[in-house]
Amino acid sequence: MLEQIEGSVAVARTVARCRPEVIPAYPISPQTHIVEALSAMVKTGELAPCEYVNVESEYAAMSVAIGASATGARAYTATASQGLLYMAEALYNASGLGLPIVMTVANRAIGAPINIWNDHSDSMSQRDCGWIQLYAESNQEAADTHLLAFRLAEELSLPVMVCMDGFILTHAVEQLDCPTQEQADAFLPPYEPRQVLDPAEPVSIGAMVGPEAFTEVKYLAHLKQMEALEAIPSLSAELATVLGREQGGLLTSYRCEDAATVVVALGSVLGTIEDTVDRLRERGVAVGALGIKAFRPFPAEDVRAALGRATRVVVIEKALALGIGGILAQNVRNSLGSHDAVVHTVIAGLGGRPITERSLTKLFEEAVSGRLEPMTFLDLNSALVERELERAGARRRSGPHAENMLRDIGVVAAGPV
Amino acid sequence: MAAAEAGAGRAVFQVRIHGRGGQGVVTAAELLSVAAFDDGRHAQAFPSFGSERTGAPVVAFCRIDERAIRTREPVSRPDALVVQDATLLHQVDVFGGLSPDGYVLINSGRSLEELGLGDWTADFRAGRLLTVGASEISRRQLGPSRPNAALLGGLAALTGVVSLDSVVQAIESRFAGALAPGNVAAARECHETVGAALAVFAGA
Repeated sequence: MLEQIEGSVAVARTVARCRPEVIPAYPISPQTHIVEALSAMVKTGELAPCEYVNVESEYAAMSVAIGASATGARAYTATASQGLLYMAEALYNASGLGLPIVMTVANRAIGAPINIWNDHSDSMSQRDCGWIQLYAESNQEAADTHLLAFRLAEELSLPVMVCMDGFILTHAVEQLDCPTQEQADAFLPPYEPRQVLDPAEPVSIGAMVGPEAFTEVKYLAHLKQMEALEAIPSLSAELATVLGREQGGLLTSYRCEDAATVVVALGSVLGTIEDTVDRLRERGVAVGALGIKAFRPFPAEDVRAALGRATRVVVIEKALALGIGGILAQNVRNSLGSHDAVVHTVIAGLGGRPITERSLTKLFEEAVSGRLEPMTFLDLNSALVERELERAGARRRSGPHAENMLRDIGVVAAGPV
Repeated sequence: MAAAEAGAGRAVFQVRIHGRGGQGVVTAAELLSVAAFDDGRHAQAFPSFGSERTGAPVVAFCRIDERAIRTREPVSRPDALVVQDATLLHQVDVFGGLSPDGYVLINSGRSLEELGLGDWTADFRAGRLLTVGASEISRRQLGPSRPNAALLGGLAALTGVVSLDSVVQAIESRFAGALAPGNVAAARECHETVGAALAVFAGA
C-alpha cells in the first residue's frame, strides 16, 4: 500500500518485518528516528520476539550484535558518522567472523570540524572492513534494500551495510510502498546460521591465526565477498518478483546507451543527476548516469561494460580522500582496464552542501566541452580559501581555519539557513 | 484554479516554510505533503536542519508534482512561502528566490504595511501576499500557539494547491486526542479567513 511516510519510519517498519531478534543501538543523528521507531515497536510488542538493547556506545552496539549473531540470532543495528568510526574495530570482527549482521548507515560527515549533515565520509572510511555496502537512491530503495540485505547477509554469512543519505533520505517524507509482512516472509526464510555457539555442540569462533594461514583466511573472505556479485543480481530479481517492482541490482544505468559522457554517483544525488540528464538531453547533449548500488564488492566488470561507449566519465562523490582525491573515481578508473575514457573526479555535497541542478548543469556542460579539470570541487568558494591562506601566510599564529572562515562568511557557529 | 495558474509551464509546485525550532515547521511540511498525497499527487517534504535548538530559525520544504519527484536539492525558487514567525522577516532572507507570481502567507495579526513590507509588495501580484493571525486562531481553537496546521488551511485557500479536505485528513492522521479537532478547527478557520481576504481582492 502506498503511504506518504518518513524514510526512517519506512526503514524501521521494513526492518521489523525482517523479524530481527536482537537490536542493540545507540542514538546518533541522523540515524535516531530509525532506532527510536524500532524500540517503540519492541516495547508495544508489535515486533516480537525481539530484544532491544539500549547500549552505552556504538562499540557496544556492534559487540552485542556480534554476540547475538554468533549465538544464532538475527541481529540489526544502525549508526552514522562518528558512531560508525567508534565501532570500527568491531566491524572488522563481524566480517572476519562471517556474522550476517545488517546495519543501516544514515550517511553523515565526519569531524573535525563537527558537522551533522550528510556526506559519505563515514561509510567510505569503512569501505575495506569486509562488509558488503549497498547504497540507496530513494526511500523506496532504502526500504526494499533492507530485505535484500538480510537475505544476502545470511546466504553468504557476511555482514551488510545499507547506506542511505542522512537527512536527505532519512528525514524526507515521500510516497512509498513498505514491503508487507507476507512479502518479507516470502523472501526471507528464518535465519539458519552457518556457524553457531551452541552449548550442546561446543565450538570456538575467533581463533588466533598466524602467518601459516592468515593469508588464506583473508583470501577466502575476499572470495566470499566477491560471491555477492553473483548473489545480488539473482536475489534482486527474486525480490523484484516478490515485491512487484524493479530492484537495482549491482548498478542502475540511466540513458547511458548512446552517451559519450556518463556521470557516475552513489545514493540520493542520483535523482538530481537524472533530472539534469533529462534537461540536457532535451537540448541534444548526449549524457547518461550510472548509479552504483553495490559499492562493496565493487562491480568492476559491470561498470566497465556500462561505461564501454563513454569517452568521458564524471564521477561525483560525497567523500574526499585527503592526499589523493576521489574514492569512487579510483574504483571506477580501476574498473576500466584498457578502456581509455577520461575520468574526472568531482567532490560535491560535503557536510551537507546542497548539490543543485544548476551547478550540475554547468558542470556537465564543462565536461562535455572538454573544459573540466581532472579533479574539481563543486561550488568551491575559492575566495574564502584564498583569504584564509593569505591570513595563514601573513603570520604563524593566525588562528583556527574553521573559526576564521566562519567569521569571514558572517556565520558565528552554525551553517547558513 | 489558482494552483493551475501558478503551475503554468511548470508542473512542480514548491513550498518553503520558515519558522523557529519548536513551532512545528517540519511537521507543517510533512502534513502538506500528506495532504498532496491524499489528493493523488506526488509530494516530497524535507527539513533543512540548522542547529536543532528551540527558537532557532528552521526551514522546511515541500514539493508537489503530478510526476514522481527525483530531485533532492533544497527549494531555492519557491512558488509559495509560509512564514510561521514574522520576527524572522528582518533576520533571515525569507523571500529569497520568490518569483513575482509567488504566494506568501505570513503569520501575523498585522498587515503587510504594518510589518514594513508595503513597498516591497508592489513587485508581486495583488491577492497573493497575505498576513493572517494564525497564532491567535490557534490559541482560540487549540489553546497553545501552534500556528502550523492553521497556516496550512490558509495556504490551501490562498493557492488551491491542496484541498482543505486533504489538509484536514492529514491533520487527523497525524495528531491524537484533542490535538486533532483543535488543529482541524484552526485550519478551517484560517482557510475561511484567508478566503474572505481573497474575496475582498477579487471584488476590488
